[in-house]
Amino acid sequence: MRDVAIVAFAQTRHTGHDTGLSETELILPVINEVKERTGLRRFGFTCSGSCDYLAGAPFSFVAALDALGAWPPISESHVEMDGAWALYEAWVRLQHGDVDSALVYGFGKSSLGDLRTIMTLQLDPYYLEPLGLDQLSVAALQAAALGADRAELDEIVRRSRADGRANPYALDLPAEIPDGFAVEPLKTCDIAPITDGAAAVVLAAGDLAARLCERPAHIRGIAHRTEPHYLGMRDLARSASAAEAARAAGAGKGPIEVAELHAQFAHEELILRRALELPGDTIVNPSGGPLAANPVMATGLIRLGEAARRIHDGTASRAVGHAASGPCLQHNLVTVLEA
Amino acid sequence: MPPHETDEPLVARHVLEFPGGYTRTTGPVIGRFLTELRAGRVVGVRTAEGRVLVPPLEYDPATGDAVTDEYVEVGPAGAVTAAAWVPEPRAGHPLDRPFAWALIRLDGADTALVHAVDAGNPKALRPGTRVWPVWRQNRTGHITDISHFAPEVTRIVSPVRPEYRIQAGGALRVFLDGVRRGVFLGGRCATCAKVYVPYRASCPECGGAMEEPVELPDTGTITTFAINNLPDPRAPEVPFVSAYILLDGADIPMIALVGGVPAHEVRQGMRVRAEWLPESERTLSMANVRWFTPTGEPDAEL
Repeated sequence: MRDVAIVAFAQTRHTGHDTGLSETELILPVINEVKERTGLRRFGFTCSGSCDYLAGAPFSFVAALDALGAWPPISESHVEMDGAWALYEAWVRLQHGDVDSALVYGFGKSSLGDLRTIMTLQLDPYYLEPLGLDQLSVAALQAAALGADRAELDEIVRRSRADGRANPYALDLPAEIPDGFAVEPLKTCDIAPITDGAAAVVLAAGDLAARLCERPAHIRGIAHRTEPHYLGMRDLARSASAAEAARAAGAGKGPIEVAELHAQFAHEELILRRALELPGDTIVNPSGGPLAANPVMATGLIRLGEAARRIHDGTASRAVGHAASGPCLQHNLVTVLEA
Repeated sequence: MPPHETDEPLVARHVLEFPGGYTRTTGPVIGRFLTELRAGRVVGVRTAEGRVLVPPLEYDPATGDAVTDEYVEVGPAGAVTAAAWVPEPRAGHPLDRPFAWALIRLDGADTALVHAVDAGNPKALRPGTRVWPVWRQNRTGHITDISHFAPEVTRIVSPVRPEYRIQAGGALRVFLDGVRRGVFLGGRCATCAKVYVPYRASCPECGGAMEEPVELPDTGTITTFAINNLPDPRAPEVPFVSAYILLDGADIPMIALVGGVPAHEVRQGMRVRAEWLPESERTLSMANVRWFTPTGEPDAEL
């Protein structure tokens, strides 16, 4: 296995509304930022994550390539999912051994449409999507299956918002938690906010990592696992795939100081903490997490970037970044980062 | 033409739609399920390990192996394993009134089906609640051939409304004659000397005979009261107050309405006076007394 590290991370100052910037305009500054930080102008491989349904336009990632400088032709790929999986693909590409650097980015503007309905399109077209089962209803079914303690959920929301207010990139959400159900038992405050934003990461292999970054965040383990799509075929109170991905990535081989979890609903944090077997002293989502900023298709990549940032700045020597995809945490990616 | 100079944001509405919808092939497994659904049946498919998957998948989610070609009719009823309440239905939802989404384990199935339940209120569904499918009249082979599920019948409502013809005779007639004249008639027991109102023929305490009726004043004191929040055809409004009123000179309180005062101001010891209908409107009925209303006197000791 080649030693690959996250050597740079940048993200937009996310917004809760459409600022009028196109996706290309959104990603250009973050790509310039990681180029500047690493001094790299060209990369051995480039991979992005986004979702056409957010923009309502086919191949919307192709237009976004204008932000890269794609001439002369570059080696490039795209995943129709969170940028975290683009990072996984880039990591696999770097294992081939013929290139040493990769640029990864993810972007999404969830303000353009009605995310709650748009996410219905991620469901299977025979049994679930025709019912009109929307994103919040799906999450509420999982929350009901878990039956979490309300005080525990409120504490997650309070902590996430407070951490988010201290994070200049996250949204400035009020300390006062609104009451009221979106879909019972899911409260409106349990839901990640509508967010526009983008993020970029640079991966470097071998010696290049140490040349580009003072304290690279080495990827010591990375794995993803998925479960049956249909909600009624699994125990929604648990995430077997997150547990299996964490085991495969070796998360439990040492203490985890910081974990950035892709929990878009308060109850998902409880399910993930249990699946990843996080001890009580692990700091969870110090960035505020998705409950403080959720630029869909970049949120998972930001978890890896935020975890890496804590290795870079020396506040942690071992951290976990987690990303999720699909309804009710169907698909989970766990990355173990070490100084 | 020169370009328009404006600060207004350039906003356009954009809809993503394939005219007529997407045509999808179902394959044999999902196709079988939908075909049975059109016929008003729910089937699951058996895995090699013997579990019944509902709705059927082509593979066993536990092992990834192909399922058998044995289809098993399940349900139609099942038990809810988890439910979420939608207080405000959206355009694409199956019901246009508040409803629940639920995971439903149909009888004979080993997995849960996701569907809508017309549960009435969020408390009506808990794990274990039994639900039955409500079928659409014109079925086409679609998951929405089941319009929704509804909770199992566990109670019924039976309206009861017999009618009677009641005749006021004897002592009651004496009392109502008094009420028509605008006075309350009581009776004093010849043995124990207690005064009862309304007038009655015998003393309920000692059994002694009553003397001639005695006229009582239409003022009294509230001994206890209730604030009623259910409508009653005899009451003026909701909430209304019904009270026991001890008429001056009586030993037993009489039940009547209290009005002309906010319900929360009514109290024990309050002095009240009957408010009579005009003489021309009176009948042989307690309705002659509109209600008792405060006199404004200081409260009485009880």
